Amino acid sequence: MGKYVLKLYITGKTPKSERAIANLKNICEIELQNQYEMIIVDVLERPQLAEDEKILATPTLIKEIPPPLRRIIGDLSDTEKVLLGLDLQPTFKHKQGESNEK
Amino acid sequence: MKNKEFEVEKLETHIPGFDWISNGGLPKDRSTLLSGTAGSAKTVFVTQFLVEGITKHGEKGVFVTFEESPDEIRKNMKSFGWDIRKYEKEGTWAFVDASPQPEVEVVEAGFYDMGGLLARIEHAIKKIGATMVSLDSLGAFFSQFSDRATVRREIFRITYALRKMSVTSVITAERTEEHGVIARFGVEEFVADNVVILRNVLEAERRRRTIEILKYRGTVHQKGEYPFTIMPGEGIIIIPLSAIELKQKSSDVRITSGCLELDNMCSGGFYRDSIILVSGATGTGKTLMVTHFMAGGANKNEKCLIFAFEESREQLFRNAIGWGVDYEKMEKEGKLLVVCEYPETASLEDHLIKMKKVIDSYKPNRIAVDSLSALERVSTLRSFREFVISITSFIKHQEVAGLFTSTTPTLLGGTSITETHISTITDSIILLRYVELYGETRRGITVLKMRGSTHDKEIREFQIDHSGMHIGNPFRNVVGILTGNPVQISSAEVHRTAELFKDR
Repeated sequence: MGKYVLKLYITGKTPKSERAIANLKNICEIELQNQYEMIIVDVLERPQLAEDEKILATPTLIKEIPPPLRRIIGDLSDTEKVLLGLDLQPTFKHKQGESNEK
Repeated sequence: MKNKEFEVEKLETHIPGFDWISNGGLPKDRSTLLSGTAGSAKTVFVTQFLVEGITKHGEKGVFVTFEESPDEIRKNMKSFGWDIRKYEKEGTWAFVDASPQPEVEVVEAGFYDMGGLLARIEHAIKKIGATMVSLDSLGAFFSQFSDRATVRREIFRITYALRKMSVTSVITAERTEEHGVIARFGVEEFVADNVVILRNVLEAERRRRTIEILKYRGTVHQKGEYPFTIMPGEGIIIIPLSAIELKQKSSDVRITSGCLELDNMCSGGFYRDSIILVSGATGTGKTLMVTHFMAGGANKNEKCLIFAFEESREQLFRNAIGWGVDYEKMEKEGKLLVVCEYPETASLEDHLIKMKKVIDSYKPNRIAVDSLSALERVSTLRSFREFVISITSFIKHQEVAGLFTSTTPTLLGGTSITETHISTITDSIILLRYVELYGETRRGITVLKMRGSTHDKEIREFQIDHSGMHIGNPFRNVVGILTGNPVQISSAEVHRTAELFKDR
């Protein structure tokens, strides 16, 4: 299995950002073990990067490698959708992601 | 009592006509919703808003596009003479590209907001120091995400942030019908302070564009729909009809009609700043009146301008020669300009703009339009009325004399729609009529009305020969000429009627 390069764009240290980071780490640990590289970009600090990538919604997860390029938006609480977006078959039973907005 | 600091400041847009109908421009530091159906020129409006601000004020603008890519916008707006790439290089224009990227698949997995977009807009504003923002369009923004409630809330957040940053913004939204809900997705509920509507209505097989300011919270604006047109090289031009203020000076200087007898009938000629309507059936001598009017002006070294909508240049010149007037010589001496155009070549709004431009650049002393009724057939009644009001008021503002001709639909007597609309705004009305007498047709002329002056009330006979029009004696024993039903009466009857009104 090739290495995954995942970029997560967030806006500041909001609960939504924190949830997305936690959910992504959780999924990657289970599914990709050490086969991944995770880069977190805070668009409030680096707006030009958001401009270059044409980010609208945050959090946005971009799967750069392996192709195809894919975007997953949201706090990644819907694990099934995240796995679908990453082209992964769930190997272990995941606990449902944290989602308690509002 | 009104307090100055509570008044809403406005930002001049320099979109022709808009600052007038909005009493000064767009509400400053606020968001205005611009709603319209597909093809109602929303993108042109928001682009022009930025371009005029950049070129006329030295302001800077950010364009957030949700629909077309920046490249498409740059290309499409080139036809208006707007070089967006140049502004970008100068640092007065920045794009935020939020257009859909069909090549990338997007999966929604959980809660999200538009923090990324907001950060980019704020970044672009700060980067170039923008004071104006255009967002085009909300419908395309909604279609990129499945969670409408989130998008709605985020649009509110964006407008709030824009306000905080003291930028004036215009946000476009789609509507599905011309007269119905303000916009799709109920966007007016959260960008509600100011609403402007663009319409593109199909009326009698012709498109008619109008703009209406529906509401401006806390400030005044002109009510109702105003027609507008889109000109290549210029963009949107709004025609503010009620901008017509009756403040033009009134002149008591008389000018010649080019025909001495007619001058005598008008007690010495037309007023210098008056509008004269010449009405008559086909062949009664309307174009001849125009020719006299032009020749009379050129003889006094005035600059004359003809808008001809019925005859070609060659025809006009040949006719004039037939009446002893040399248009070619007048043109060479710079005293005459003839603009010939088929009414069908453009919409009435476009004709109006073109005519205004010619008048502005040529600066004539007298103008003739031959004929107004030819324009009537290319438009709806409503557009035509607006056109007539607009062109007459424009000419009056220039303080030049205008002579319009109008063809009546029937040979004998009768009025036309043109007259119904124009008669109250014209200063003088001259009627040319066929008169059937002793088995032949003769021609009659009468001055029906002449504002601010006495005039001959008689219906006189006139003849046309190689030197033009010759007005002779009144028809003494004929009644019913104006109604198109001339009846001869015996001279004894004339005598008896005259006796009736004699003082005893």
